[in-house]
Amino acid sequence: MKKNKILIQNSITYAMVIGFWAIVQGLSAGGHVSSLMKGLLVPLCIYAILAVSLNLTVGILGELSLGHAGFMCVGAFAGAFFTRCMENVMPSVGARFFFALILGTAVAGVFGILIGIPVLRLKGDYLAIVTLAFGEIIKNLINVMYIGKDASGFHFSIKDSLSLGLDDTGVVIIKGAQGITGTPRAATFTIGILLLLITLAVVQNLINSRTGRAIMSIRDNRIAAESIGINVTKYKLMAFSISAALAGMAGVLYAHSLSTLAATSANFGYNKSILILVFVVLGGLGNIKGSVIAAIILTALPELLRGLNDYRMLIYAIVLIVMMLFNSSPKAIELRAVFMEKMKHGKSAAKEA
Amino acid sequence: MAMLEVKNLGISFGGLKAVDNFNVTIEEGELYGLIGPNGAGKTTVFNLLTGVYKPDLGSIHLDGKNITGRKTIEINQDGIARTFQNIRLFKELTVLDNVKAGLHNHHPYSTIEGIFRLPKYFKVEKEMNERAMELLKVFDLDGEYDYKASNLPYGKQRKLEIARALATEPKLLLLDEPAAGMNPNETAELMETIRFVRKEFHMTILLIEHDMKLVSGICEKLTVLNFGQVLTQGETSEVLNDKRVITAYLGE
Amino acid sequence: MSFLSYLINGISLGSIYAIIALGYTMVYGIARMLNFAHGDIIMVGGFAIFTMVSTLGMAPMVGIITAVFVCTLLGVTIEFVAYRPLRGASSLAVLITAIGVSYLLQNLALLIFGSNARQFTSVVTISSLKLAGGRLSISGETIVTIAVCIVIMIALTAFINKTRIGQAMLAVSEDKGAAALMGINVNRTIAVTFAIGSALAAVAGALLCSTYPSLTPYTGSMPGIKAFVAAVFGGIGSIPGALLGGIILGVVENLSKAYISSQLSDAIVFSMLIVILLVRPTGILGKKINEKV
Repeated sequence: MKKNKILIQNSITYAMVIGFWAIVQGLSAGGHVSSLMKGLLVPLCIYAILAVSLNLTVGILGELSLGHAGFMCVGAFAGAFFTRCMENVMPSVGARFFFALILGTAVAGVFGILIGIPVLRLKGDYLAIVTLAFGEIIKNLINVMYIGKDASGFHFSIKDSLSLGLDDTGVVIIKGAQGITGTPRAATFTIGILLLLITLAVVQNLINSRTGRAIMSIRDNRIAAESIGINVTKYKLMAFSISAALAGMAGVLYAHSLSTLAATSANFGYNKSILILVFVVLGGLGNIKGSVIAAIILTALPELLRGLNDYRMLIYAIVLIVMMLFNSSPKAIELRAVFMEKMKHGKSAAKEA
Repeated sequence: MAMLEVKNLGISFGGLKAVDNFNVTIEEGELYGLIGPNGAGKTTVFNLLTGVYKPDLGSIHLDGKNITGRKTIEINQDGIARTFQNIRLFKELTVLDNVKAGLHNHHPYSTIEGIFRLPKYFKVEKEMNERAMELLKVFDLDGEYDYKASNLPYGKQRKLEIARALATEPKLLLLDEPAAGMNPNETAELMETIRFVRKEFHMTILLIEHDMKLVSGICEKLTVLNFGQVLTQGETSEVLNDKRVITAYLGE
Repeated sequence: MSFLSYLINGISLGSIYAIIALGYTMVYGIARMLNFAHGDIIMVGGFAIFTMVSTLGMAPMVGIITAVFVCTLLGVTIEFVAYRPLRGASSLAVLITAIGVSYLLQNLALLIFGSNARQFTSVVTISSLKLAGGRLSISGETIVTIAVCIVIMIALTAFINKTRIGQAMLAVSEDKGAAALMGINVNRTIAVTFAIGSALAAVAGALLCSTYPSLTPYTGSMPGIKAFVAAVFGGIGSIPGALLGGIILGVVENLSKAYISSQLSDAIVFSMLIVILLVRPTGILGKKINEKV
């Protein structure tokens, strides 16, 4: 049956990720992993999670979001803020990281709902540009935000640290454009892989469920989906907010892999969102395994082959355009159909002979 | 009590009365035809019945319940399902999943149960698969259950759309030009299928069609629409012999 | 006085947005696509002028003409190679391709010119105007920008209403199929639209870089996005809308930089986009489009 086929496909994805983890662990135990590669391991997981989660919005729901980095940003700051706040209450770094992950994911998910409600009323290009706008707004707002804590509680300002009016027990946690410093670097490769597996499980199980079918039916034909009683708004929002929540989780992981977290354009700007989109498109829209592979290869390869680095973005761009032309151009689709037909005939002719 | 009772239905688009003073009563189990020249407002009537457009005037009662002005998804849950003139399948989904999407509201489990693969997921999915395969068998589509819907031949796509609509367990089925683009053989087969559906599912059916052979072959009653207004209605044989109807189609 | 000067600078910035927005609005109106790479064509125009004027020592006017030529050619080429094959494909596919083109242009520029900012020599030679006894100074760039914007708006409106090809553009924007049936060459009309939009982008590049003289491969990207916001704001497909949207956006951006927070000015501009799309999805001067069932 078809169900087994899907089960096998999904299992291959998990096995691939676990295999990747095992190989890296093995190499690392033998001392074969360079420090450069070691530095890349957590980012690989982060990008893979981001790509898989964005694929849920772009490939499965069929709406182009250019604000994915914004949700990552929300998660990163919520998580790092929590970890820094709880320093004295919860001394265990691991426990704080764990709860930070839950909190960051939840906060990003809530942002996904809040932003999704207005955004998902729009269509196509408008939706894309508005998600981009929201991503930039989030980044800008965090950049002017100062939050400190002292004996009397939290203080908030959008001017500077001084205007927080902290007493001498006070610490500034979010320092505007300087962001959050002193987050423990608790993220490890193993945790990253675990989170990637969780992301994969959530997304793949979602796709192969009643909810996923509803989401894909909206993508394929909104009017028909409504005519069979599928609540379009509800399922769009669900896909969008789950995607946002998972991006938030990647953000928390990211925040805990750096000692300084700042909402710069390089970290959370729309170009980051576009980079993730490139991974998704090159891995195949709607193809979850492809997203993981694309994210890992396209992140690791240029770093490892330094000479390629100058050209990597250029190559991505060209491959992206060529792929879209090949996959979506009506002429190319026609040509491929003719080709497939010929192949089929060729085969059956061969059989008869 | 009538299955569908439409009174004085009307809608205008920018001053143009697309449908005006439309009345129809369809009894349970009837096979009813809505015919008329191109642009007469037939599909607009379907769009009004299914809540795609909100009527300016008039009322729609389904099985005694007032459904005027309700949303498309609510009307589907009330018991109207439809097909479309230009086929609207979920192209990237499999044939089976198209029907399972139609089963959405009748075989529920939560998203959480789906993500965490709780026991209810397996139980309901099994039910859904069985029910969907039954429906596919009715339309002789069970052999192609794992095809991508867009890879089906045209005639089978039309059938799949009907199967999907039936999966929502409607009381009233609306078919918008089911024979469009079919050759005489396919049309003849389709007529058999429609008759079968009515009998098997005890379905009330309202269909729009241009193929007079199909209309005269299976519809018991007809309403003729011309310029958004009812030209005449009644028993099929009487209506089709009405001079006004012939004039409306062929001109003076 | 300082308010007046912020306002005038805002109008000047808005004029640049308006010229860029014209490219978006015409292409969107006619080809129904968001040409994400439009902003990067501005950057290419900037580098073309930079190369001619600063590297080769040519006169500014030669630089501008070269830039217009290069950008027009580039715009038409992009349309032909990347967008034309996708006519009839989903808007998602077209937009992703446009993003790919944007990426391509940025990274080509990065390879050729490097990531360091280049100091752009202003192409404007008019000296600044001192008013109110020297308390209000309006720079030459500002005067030229506003003047050029007015000239372009008038010329383009005349072009569309008075010429055959302009009428063809209107027809294609209403209904591609019907226009084709009336004997209009749709592909050629779309190509002309890209050519005009890209030529305007070159002019916008000259003005933008003269006012903000730091030139990098990413120079065009943000102004491009903001200009699209302006086009949406004014109503996509509408030429007066592009002007109105551009000026409103420029003024709001400059005033919020001056009076609220320079870091929040982008956030304010983008919030305006969101508000307008929710309140009036077709923009101030736009038309409503319905989906047929």
